[in-house]
Amino acid sequence: MNQRPVTDLSALPTFGRGPRSPTWWGTLGFMALEGTGFALAAGAYLYLAMSWPNWRLSAPEPNHWPGTVVTLLLVASLVPNHILNRYAEHCAIVPVRIGMIVMSLFGLAPLVVRWFEFPALHIYWDTNAYGSLLWVLLGLHTTHLITDVGDTIVLTVLMFTRHGYSGRRFGDVGDNVFYWDFVVLTWIPIYLLIYWVPRLG
Amino acid sequence: MSSADLTSERDLPPKRETASKGDLAPEPDGPRDTGMDDASLHRWLTRAWRTPPGIIGALSSVDHKVIARRYLITAFIFLCLGGLNAVAMRVQLSGPQRGLIGPDLYNQLFTMHGVTMMFLFAVPIVQATGIYLVPLMVGTRNIAFPRLNAFGYWIYVSGGAFAWISFLLNMAPDVGWFAYVPLSGPEFSPGKRADVWAQMITYTEVSSLAVAVATIVTVFKQRAPGMSLDKIPLYVWALLVTSFVVVFAMPAVMITSTFLILDRLVGTHIFNPAEGGDALLFQHLFWFFGHPEVYIIFLPATGMVSSIIPAFARRPTFGHLGLVLSLISVGFLSFGLWVHHMFATGLPKLGASFFTASSMLIAIPNGVQIFCWLATLWDGRPVIRTPLLFVFGFFFIFVIGGLTGVMLASVPLDLQVHDTYFVVAHFHYVLIGGSVFPLLGAAYFWFPKITGRMMSERLGRWHFGLAFIGFNAAFFPMHLVGLWGMPRRVYTYSAELGWGNINLFISAGAMLFFLSFVLFTFNLIHGALKGAPAGDNPWDAGTLEWATSSPPPSYNFTRIPIVTNVEPLWAERETLPVATGLRVDVRELLISTVAEAHPDIREKSATPSIWPLLAAIAVGATFLYSIFTPWAIVWGAVPIALTLVGWFWPKGDPEDEE
Repeated sequence: MNQRPVTDLSALPTFGRGPRSPTWWGTLGFMALEGTGFALAAGAYLYLAMSWPNWRLSAPEPNHWPGTVVTLLLVASLVPNHILNRYAEHCAIVPVRIGMIVMSLFGLAPLVVRWFEFPALHIYWDTNAYGSLLWVLLGLHTTHLITDVGDTIVLTVLMFTRHGYSGRRFGDVGDNVFYWDFVVLTWIPIYLLIYWVPRLG
Repeated sequence: MSSADLTSERDLPPKRETASKGDLAPEPDGPRDTGMDDASLHRWLTRAWRTPPGIIGALSSVDHKVIARRYLITAFIFLCLGGLNAVAMRVQLSGPQRGLIGPDLYNQLFTMHGVTMMFLFAVPIVQATGIYLVPLMVGTRNIAFPRLNAFGYWIYVSGGAFAWISFLLNMAPDVGWFAYVPLSGPEFSPGKRADVWAQMITYTEVSSLAVAVATIVTVFKQRAPGMSLDKIPLYVWALLVTSFVVVFAMPAVMITSTFLILDRLVGTHIFNPAEGGDALLFQHLFWFFGHPEVYIIFLPATGMVSSIIPAFARRPTFGHLGLVLSLISVGFLSFGLWVHHMFATGLPKLGASFFTASSMLIAIPNGVQIFCWLATLWDGRPVIRTPLLFVFGFFFIFVIGGLTGVMLASVPLDLQVHDTYFVVAHFHYVLIGGSVFPLLGAAYFWFPKITGRMMSERLGRWHFGLAFIGFNAAFFPMHLVGLWGMPRRVYTYSAELGWGNINLFISAGAMLFFLSFVLFTFNLIHGALKGAPAGDNPWDAGTLEWATSSPPPSYNFTRIPIVTNVEPLWAERETLPVATGLRVDVRELLISTVAEAHPDIREKSATPSIWPLLAAIAVGATFLYSIFTPWAIVWGAVPIALTLVGWFWPKGDPEDEE
């Protein structure tokens, strides 16, 4: 078909941040589907909790302290996470490098505590269905934690190479910030569900 | 060809300020398409966008058309295999007490038939059609996240191969395509068969989730300038809504299959009532996916119908907005119906009534769609060609399936015919009528675009006639034999029941239906080799995929088209308005705004890479190993992590750096 040029695109920028960038939408899509997974796992827990009048099935109460420490660490990490985001928006390479190191450490710290959180549940996955779902919920979140920490560390290393100083890489940092928010926010309902909802009744 | 051959003075852009701009990242530059003649443009774009030669090049391809072709062919092979399962079952059932197939093999056959048709044929083929057509219809050069798309294909192939190799090893799942516990649980299904079901689900769902995200982002961010929400083709709308349904439904079946494999492998008790679990929870989780699944298969088919009808009715679709709203409301309502698969489980009455009402409610938007299509045909000047014949077949068969669906939505009738051949007849009318007939029409419609050649019209008409008669002969009598009480999933029946003659008739119809696919296969191969050349737009249709050559070049469009109408090629008959200013030496495409599709960013698209294949091998091997030991997840994490790092680590291409 014959063509008739009517618009010129040459002045457009070559990268954009946040909702302007396709990667942001892709990240949002994965959050939506993973969030659905979390919601369904939590729904399965609540379904069983409501099916059995003696829920917790005579299991001992879990020790909430490791979980609470994880929660505090995750919430505290949101502050440097968003400071990092600001630097990434301004494409400031040195503060971004420092911020990425800080966020890698803030990712590893809750993982270390998580190691002590599983035994603090005071039940095994194969004891009864209550124990199974506790391990499933905690395991599901731990998988996300490990994945995102791994991703953060790789990106940190990348920022120190010659590939670091580019618009695309700063966009990656922004998406990493965005995904970390998701990892933190999904933890809050799971924390309440594991440690506090059974104490209500 | 070196770049020196390509570069002429005029191709290069004016010198621009590319040095540091304060604290902004660098913006490298290269030659643009502005003012370039067609021959040099073609040379430049081909060099930037082609799939590299050789076997490694082919395995590294990220071209959406190449991946989609592989998907289509693979899904067609699985259709043939699933069809052969059905033929074997029909031979066994053609008379009472036939001894061809024993109960154990029969259980594997009907499970593999269902699993293959649902997970390895129906969902992949509608997504594959979308992978091919959506980027062309929205006027872009590749799908969003092309490497993720390639990864999805490799995972799908390994999942399908896993299931079918298990079948050859007499290890195929034998618990029905929905694998209810407690039958599929550790107590009643020792061995590995149910694990094969669970992990095959995981493979195929990973793949369709990846494709769904890529499709959503392509539609949201890569539409040609001017393609605001009201100018998006109905087919693209259908794929968009479907992808959202996938995103919210597929995690449910992954959770289900993961819970099942945990119960079987590491001794959790999620579905074990003796230890505080619940068997019905499995059904809730499965059908929370399973019902939307029907619409995942059906909605893209409605999009195909909405593309075929205006092309042959010679007028734009009547009620474009109504059709879009119907698609969206069907997408939402599809999540409110799952319990109607569980009416026989003794649910509370109020719950059952709610799901009866919602099941009847979904007939309304579906009815709106049918009336809009009929109005389009009524007001147009229909040209009856093979694609339209299949649309007529779809109307007839799908409406019957919809009517039995409304019948089944009422609890008393459902209880009476639960697990009988009436249900088998119903869902084959819905799925084959609602999805396979439109797909066959779509095959005739878009085959010229994909291959550059036409399929035979005469054979097409024969194919339609055989398929329509064969289908109805095979499946209509199933309503009757179901009402007489014949249960599904029985490998034989005794002569005194009097079901022999009607089953022989059904089997004969099934053979006829099978023959229609043999004819179709012949027509496909004959068309691809010897069909008449098609030209760019053999049907004189109005959407953008017809604006480029058949088959389209690796870069899809020489320049990004500009959209002024919902049928852009009918609005601009003489010349196509286009945008210029993109770089031609790298894979650059246009990112636009979500609602209005204003041009926003010139973004780079990923280059070919072998890493998605390597990552898929690592992931696939981990899934396979995990049916034997839970430690597979720990050990498998290492190669998965390494291949993912290899995938994302920049290789120094200009595409990686911006």
